[in-house]
Amino acid sequence: MEFFIIIIGSIFVSNIVLTQFLGICPFVGVSGKLSTSIGMGGAVVFVLTLSTLVTWIIQYYILNPFGLAFMQTIVFILVIAALVQMVEIMLKKVSPSLYSALGVFLPLITTNCAVLGVAILTIQKDFDLIHGVVYAISNAIGFTLAMVIFAGIREHLDLMEVPKGMKGVPIALIVAGILALSFMGFTGLV
Amino acid sequence: MNQLKNFSKGIIKENPVFVLLLGLCPTLGVTSSAINGLGMGLATTFVLVMSNLVVSLVRDFIPDKVRIPSFIVVIASFVTIVELVMQAYSPALYESLGIFIPLIVVNCIVLGRAEAFASKNNPLSSIFDGLGMGLGFAFALTLLGSVRELLGSGGIFGFKFMQGDLMLVFVLAPGAFIVLGYLIALINKLNKAS
Repeated sequence: MEFFIIIIGSIFVSNIVLTQFLGICPFVGVSGKLSTSIGMGGAVVFVLTLSTLVTWIIQYYILNPFGLAFMQTIVFILVIAALVQMVEIMLKKVSPSLYSALGVFLPLITTNCAVLGVAILTIQKDFDLIHGVVYAISNAIGFTLAMVIFAGIREHLDLMEVPKGMKGVPIALIVAGILALSFMGFTGLV
Repeated sequence: MNQLKNFSKGIIKENPVFVLLLGLCPTLGVTSSAINGLGMGLATTFVLVMSNLVVSLVRDFIPDKVRIPSFIVVIASFVTIVELVMQAYSPALYESLGIFIPLIVVNCIVLGRAEAFASKNNPLSSIFDGLGMGLGFAFALTLLGSVRELLGSGGIFGFKFMQGDLMLVFVLAPGAFIVLGYLIALINKLNKAS
């Protein structure tokens, strides 16, 4: 039951993009096409889960015992940057097909604030390792869900007659606002 | 003269939020009131100026291959300083900005200016560039925060001058997207006209 609340809570009720405003840059930047947004979503699920796992272990087995909790920001961002590099190198060797699908998105992920944000939030919420990983996976799924819906709408938007000044980013942001409004309907679900 | 140009380009012509569309996460996340927007803007300005200065000072000693990780370490150090100072002297602001303070590290503006400007220019120009970009960012956040606060809770900087039922949705998440969308459209229009 506890897991169920975490999963529904982070995918729908407090969706990472539409209510917590993390990962807006890729949300606006690479959501022009449905296929690229699915690729980006897959890469985020992969990296976010892995990085939360690693940063959790570092926080509780290295930073806390040595009283270095104030180094959290520096250590986490370096770990995430190194991890993304390592995943990239390993994917290239182990699974070239997966690499060709996700490869372009991996370098972008280092500066995706959703990754660092969820790693820090997991520590702030005092989750244990299992709950933390479930929290990370469901947030990543929430990110992918919001991104895929948004990309689907934007593909249709290209064919619409939009007032000249609103073309491109402004109308996309307003659509995102309406999408966020509809996600508010989930408030109070858990 | 040249320094003035370095300084002023960030405020309107290359405004990081309205024109370059960088750093949208804190822009949307913390601007539920004008004072939060201003606080976030000034914190980012400090990090931008200091990291631009340091990156510019050490630009000749850093091998090209490891420059991005080194920039990130410089930026993360200053973010940690901001975090600790804010926690000590302004705990209320620290509470309301929350997760977005450590996230200044991954704000694309800071790394972007270090890479695009400070790693190629002398320290003085880099300081002015950082200051201009930072104040442009602070201006955008304060403007967005003011509009949202005015529409959602009937005041600016905590001074209320409207009573009764207001459009609460503008203080909540959807309002952030919608107000920013209209502001960008407006700025595009003004930029084209001039």
